[in-house]
Amino acid sequence: MKSSSQAGTATGPESKRRWWKAVGWKHVVALIMIAYCLFPLLFVISTSLNPGSTLTGSRKLFTKISPDNYGELFATDFPRWMMHSFIVSSVTAVGTVLMAAAGAYAFSRFRFKGRRGGLSGLLIAQMFPQMLAFVAIFLLLLGLRDVFPELGITKLGGLIAVYLGGALGANTFLIYGFFNTIPRELDEAAKIDGASHAQVFWGIIMRLASPILAVVGLLSFVGSYGEFILARIVLQRPENYTLAVGLYTWASDERNAPWSLFAAGAVLAAIPIVALFMYLQKYIVAGLTAGSVKG
Amino acid sequence: MNTKLSPPTPKRLSHARDIAARGYVLKLILMALVNAFGIYGIMSSWAHSSYGILAFLVLALFAADYIYFSKRAIALKYLYPGLIFLIVYQLYVMANTAYVAFTNYGDGHNDAKAPAIEQILKTADRRVAETETYPVTILGKGETIGLAIVTGNEVKVGDGDTPLAVVHGATHTGSKVTAVPGWQVLGLAQIQSRQNDLLALRVNMSSDPNDGWLRTDNGTSAYVAKSLLKYDATADTFTTAEGLVYTANNKVGVYEAADGSRLTPGWRVTIGFENFTKMITDKRLAEPFLKVLIWTFAFAVLSVLTTFALGLFLAVVFNDPRVRARRFYRAMFVLPYAFPAFLSALVWKGMFNKDFGIINQTLLGGSAINWLGDPTLAKVTVLLVNLWLGFPYMFLICTGALQSIPGELTEAGVMDGAGPWRRFRSITFPLLLVSVGPLLIASFAFNFNNFSLIYMLTGGGPNIPGAPILVGDTDILISMVYAVAFESGVKQYGLASALSIIIFVLVGLISWLGFRQTRKLEEIL
Repeated sequence: MKSSSQAGTATGPESKRRWWKAVGWKHVVALIMIAYCLFPLLFVISTSLNPGSTLTGSRKLFTKISPDNYGELFATDFPRWMMHSFIVSSVTAVGTVLMAAAGAYAFSRFRFKGRRGGLSGLLIAQMFPQMLAFVAIFLLLLGLRDVFPELGITKLGGLIAVYLGGALGANTFLIYGFFNTIPRELDEAAKIDGASHAQVFWGIIMRLASPILAVVGLLSFVGSYGEFILARIVLQRPENYTLAVGLYTWASDERNAPWSLFAAGAVLAAIPIVALFMYLQKYIVAGLTAGSVKG
Repeated sequence: MNTKLSPPTPKRLSHARDIAARGYVLKLILMALVNAFGIYGIMSSWAHSSYGILAFLVLALFAADYIYFSKRAIALKYLYPGLIFLIVYQLYVMANTAYVAFTNYGDGHNDAKAPAIEQILKTADRRVAETETYPVTILGKGETIGLAIVTGNEVKVGDGDTPLAVVHGATHTGSKVTAVPGWQVLGLAQIQSRQNDLLALRVNMSSDPNDGWLRTDNGTSAYVAKSLLKYDATADTFTTAEGLVYTANNKVGVYEAADGSRLTPGWRVTIGFENFTKMITDKRLAEPFLKVLIWTFAFAVLSVLTTFALGLFLAVVFNDPRVRARRFYRAMFVLPYAFPAFLSALVWKGMFNKDFGIINQTLLGGSAINWLGDPTLAKVTVLLVNLWLGFPYMFLICTGALQSIPGELTEAGVMDGAGPWRRFRSITFPLLLVSVGPLLIASFAFNFNNFSLIYMLTGGGPNIPGAPILVGDTDILISMVYAVAFESGVKQYGLASALSIIIFVLVGLISWLGFRQTRKLEEIL
């Protein structure tokens, strides 16, 4: 499928045909694919600008343009949901990055009994999605409500704690692989100068690892932002919801789905994530392939 | 890898002594906070009789203090916080799921036996004839409400958990209690807002439940009521006034009589492997279960295949440096991946709406294809949406993997006279699979449990009629578990947990096989 490049000087129409056969069709494919990718996004943006409220009204794209829906959003629970999502995802991301990096440092730099077992254990734990245990999580948070109210059912703290349960997992592996590429000589040089293991960690390792930490932070943020099932089970009531659960309840109302309100909310909810993604794109690709591409 | 390392400047580290002093103070502050938090938790769990949590907190706190103040256990210093969260929120809940799977936990079997007995007694009660009506004062303490009456010259107070007992230091005027230490006298507005709790309140007259309890229907006067059922503790039976005897069936967790009628609630009992065998032996459950199982595998496999095919195709097509707008195209292709998946699923659901969706109305000129309601079409729709959602990821990783294949290998192929297709088949593709293999398996595992997509798009799909649980044609195992646990009318946590265990086992098996397979691929090369 990869056509080898042909360096050639040919006459006008001949070279044009060759270009078309070799490269031109690719641009057509790209345009079709772009239409395919963008269509739902254009649909959602156009619906959000359409002040009518139902699905019927959004049949044609961009017939009416008005920012009404966005204004109406602020009279609903939407701003609360946005704040909740933001809090939960940020705290989860920060906590995950710190704990995963610390764990990765321990596995990478120290030799202790149970190190191999620990790594294999993490590998095995990766295989079981946490959300499968949602019944047990529900019961656990019910029990915690009496002891630590902020970590109990319906509380954001409870949800954050559940998400942090996954910190020492796939993310640790990703960072571990990266830490292993940082030469030990740096550690040793620092130790000769009198640095403690903590100073090596914070001063050297963490600073050099900022790309992978950005990836882990981003993946963790995005993952918890869109997580639905645990958030629904833990948060229980509409005033406590995150964006994922709240927007779902809007869109899934069979009778009266506030469709254009939902579309406006969806656009606003998506903007931070899309922006983050586009900004950190090259780190993401590197991070995704880091685990598999050796060396 | 993408690192350019430069050694740190030595000058910074020579201030190590200062940093050390500051670091130690910080550690002290943090450990003080941790200990305060732990001790608060210990006292709180003691007060609420949560002995399991108490034991865990004591152990965890001791461990934390040892790890962070000892000179040894360095690795643990870094691992400990993550470990605590892992143990509580992953390992413990998985173990608890395994335990619950062997019980009949659910609606009607929610609690242990003793609370069930009390509940049975309380719900089958009637006013005892010829007893007095006591003027009563309603008290509140946090979330609890209680009753206070005046007998003789003493004030007796009780709540749902504590029987009536004399309280010293309480004041009353006539038969109205004005103040009770530790409680707040509730006013009319507060009583109104808590009337449901108040009507359900039963305050035991004494510690023997057979003495009856105090209840109120109007918030101002209370009467003594006793159960219609008489509980015999030694024989563990309930007897009605007519003499019908309900005996405890400890295997199922209910009180039942000879004529088959049962008392509610029952209690939670372990039922061994019954939840697991029920899925195979109960014919009404087995058929949907098998359907869902097959579809889950099919969905995961097809999702990976379709997204990989499209992603690979695009990666190969656009790996060509002669295509000038490559970076722009790449950014466009990644958009579906950047847009939050749960939102995309909901948007596609709207677009595929049979009557009003833009696809039927505008793109297909007014047709009425039942995308989400027809059993087969719904499955196709789910796959189509997952293709849109998933191909960018495959595109990204294939692009990365393609770029890491050394050019010399393909050039060697050209020199040996291999055509483009042959080169792809024998050189590029196998090398690609080595890098991308583990990610394909991870994608399979992810789609096997892709609850969000199914739930948002079809809610499980057109429901299978006649099944005892709310399950549909596009349900995958995990959405079926959710339906069984929360949405099928009768909540069946035990059955849901058993299903979870089965998914655990399947996913674990697949991942393990996958890991072995990828190691084999590496050995070949």
